[in-house]
Amino acid sequence: MLYREAGDFKTTYAKDNQTFPIKFDRMGYYTALVVAFLVIPFVINDYWANAILLPFLIYAIAALGLNILVGYCGQVSLGTGGFMAVGAYACYKLMTSMPEVNIFFHIIISGGITAFVCVLFGLPSLRIKGFYLAVATLAAQFFLVWLFNRVPWFYNYSASGQINAPERTVFGIEITGPNTEAWATYLFCLVFLVASALIARNLTRGMAGRKWMAIRDMDIAAEIIGVNPLKAKMTAFAASGFFVGISGALFFSVYLGAVEVGEAFGINKSFLVLFMIIIGGLGSIFGSFAGAAFLVLLPVVLKIVGVDWLGWPTDMVAHLQLVIVGGLIILFLILEPHGLAQLWRVTKQKLRLWPFPH
Amino acid sequence: MPEQLVFAMEVFLNGLMAGVLYALVALGFVLIYKASGIFNFAQGVMALFAAMTLVGIQNGQVPFSHLINAMFGAHVTHFGWNIPSVVSLLLTVGVMILLAWCIQRFVFRHLVGQEPIILFMATIGLAYFLEGFADLMWGSEIKTLDFCLAGSACLPQGINVAIDEATYNLFGYGFFIDNLDITATVVAILLVIALVAFSQYTKHGRAMRAVADDHQAALSVGISLNFIWVLVWSVAGFVALVAGIMWGAKSGVQFSLSLIALKALPVLMLGGFTSIPGAIVGGLIIGVGEKLFEFWVGPLVGGATENWFAYVLALVFLVFRPQGLFGEKIIERV
Repeated sequence: MLYREAGDFKTTYAKDNQTFPIKFDRMGYYTALVVAFLVIPFVINDYWANAILLPFLIYAIAALGLNILVGYCGQVSLGTGGFMAVGAYACYKLMTSMPEVNIFFHIIISGGITAFVCVLFGLPSLRIKGFYLAVATLAAQFFLVWLFNRVPWFYNYSASGQINAPERTVFGIEITGPNTEAWATYLFCLVFLVASALIARNLTRGMAGRKWMAIRDMDIAAEIIGVNPLKAKMTAFAASGFFVGISGALFFSVYLGAVEVGEAFGINKSFLVLFMIIIGGLGSIFGSFAGAAFLVLLPVVLKIVGVDWLGWPTDMVAHLQLVIVGGLIILFLILEPHGLAQLWRVTKQKLRLWPFPH
Repeated sequence: MPEQLVFAMEVFLNGLMAGVLYALVALGFVLIYKASGIFNFAQGVMALFAAMTLVGIQNGQVPFSHLINAMFGAHVTHFGWNIPSVVSLLLTVGVMILLAWCIQRFVFRHLVGQEPIILFMATIGLAYFLEGFADLMWGSEIKTLDFCLAGSACLPQGINVAIDEATYNLFGYGFFIDNLDITATVVAILLVIALVAFSQYTKHGRAMRAVADDHQAALSVGISLNFIWVLVWSVAGFVALVAGIMWGAKSGVQFSLSLIALKALPVLMLGGFTSIPGAIVGGLIIGVGEKLFEFWVGPLVGGATENWFAYVLALVFLVFRPQGLFGEKIIERV
């Protein structure tokens, strides 16, 4: 009844092209923004920020980035962890060598550096495809982690081999370091997420996105109708790397504060982000959010149910979690290869006709 | 003879041995890929699962004991018996066949006709599932694997004295070569011969190759795809078991065993996904290459290059030959 386009007249081109053409969707979007920016910061506490909200925001950015590459451009990448590490270490080097510049710019520049590295490792995608490429991106994963582990310049010759985020402020409020407030870090990440989602959404529905999708559906056919595969693939790698780099930088500087590369950005991180977009939905912006939320919430819920309620040992719950995540991946691929986003689409389609479907 | 060269020869030999072990894992990949077009990322976890099952059965562990204890407050861990290696080997083969049937029945039967990359992601999910499942079933602590055929004929461990002495007399420096590696090499060669014989000279082997060649044509001459796929997964499970025993005896049965799959991937890329000889040659090249690289370049750049060298080598190689050394030429049409 509420959810339909009838009566919503578009009188300008701008209105005709808007992201959410249905009024109810638009209202929902604005409400979500208002809640996220004006309500949550006042009710947030440390537990919620660290266990759920910050990981969700940061992983959602990474999932957006990977979704551009895998979901929109069809180039499977297993190197996300390595690229996040590039973002983190770039951010660390920038923060320590140029303390006078605002951390906001550091994070954006780290994204740019990651985009460059990502393009470098994406170059072989012009020659190799499919599984071969997926395995080739593992080269990036292992090489980058090794590089940050073994070359002391990257961790400023610290004895532990760890990197620690120094204290930095935005508008005089501390964002990194040990004495941060939950609402400040939350808002900082939220700004990045909203900006990333806007950029990603508009990239994917514009010319760049259409080229990516043409390459994904069939690269030879795309080439014949005039899509330059070099440009299309490289822009996809660059855009993906940019977002993944930002999320890596935030993950290190704002969320963790101290990072040991093999532990924080190992191959499991690559798989985690890949799972997020499979469960959420390949080729969907909403899917990146849904998948990130799902996989951030799942361990928390399992821990509450398994450890706190049933009193099971922690390691067993961790194993159970592996079983459940693996099972869910298979289940989603069988039942709904387009993920949670497709369920949402179907719901919306039904809602349009509700309550009179004929 | 200069000292460096002698050391390099030792490294070379050890690299060959390691390469054989990589090839052993890679073989399992190739078998499944050829027969069903599935790139099975879970091969390494299958090796882990097989090795854990073998050890668990040998020691008479109660499966899912942790889960049972947590749910019902019981305190069961062991049945209190030890089963001889050979019997538990047979039982483990049975478990792997059952696993193959389950995988086929509950996962890949529902995914027939999906894009290869979807199947690949499904196997990643499968890898996670199996990993958690194995830990739930047998516990995640490190186990030692002692595999003994009748009585005292166990898998040999430690330095091979004969080679040590022979090389000492020859070069004035004894090579360190592990007995286990030599055994693994022999087993791998036997396994390859057996696999080739199976696929060339038996009815089911021919059916397997027919399915690999063309699913529909195979169906039309009366080959049951379901049966062949279960068969292929069982054979891959068996190869995983052999690899699991070898690696498990070498470094203990633990989570890191599943990471050998990651070692086998560059081997596959180098050799081509569809070629059994490719898997072996690729394995040897990677094994020797990474050991020699670590020996000569490793000290200059901080060591531990073995983690990534294989991948970078395979990557560089693929740029010049996208289908690998022995892979079938990729032909694409619009």
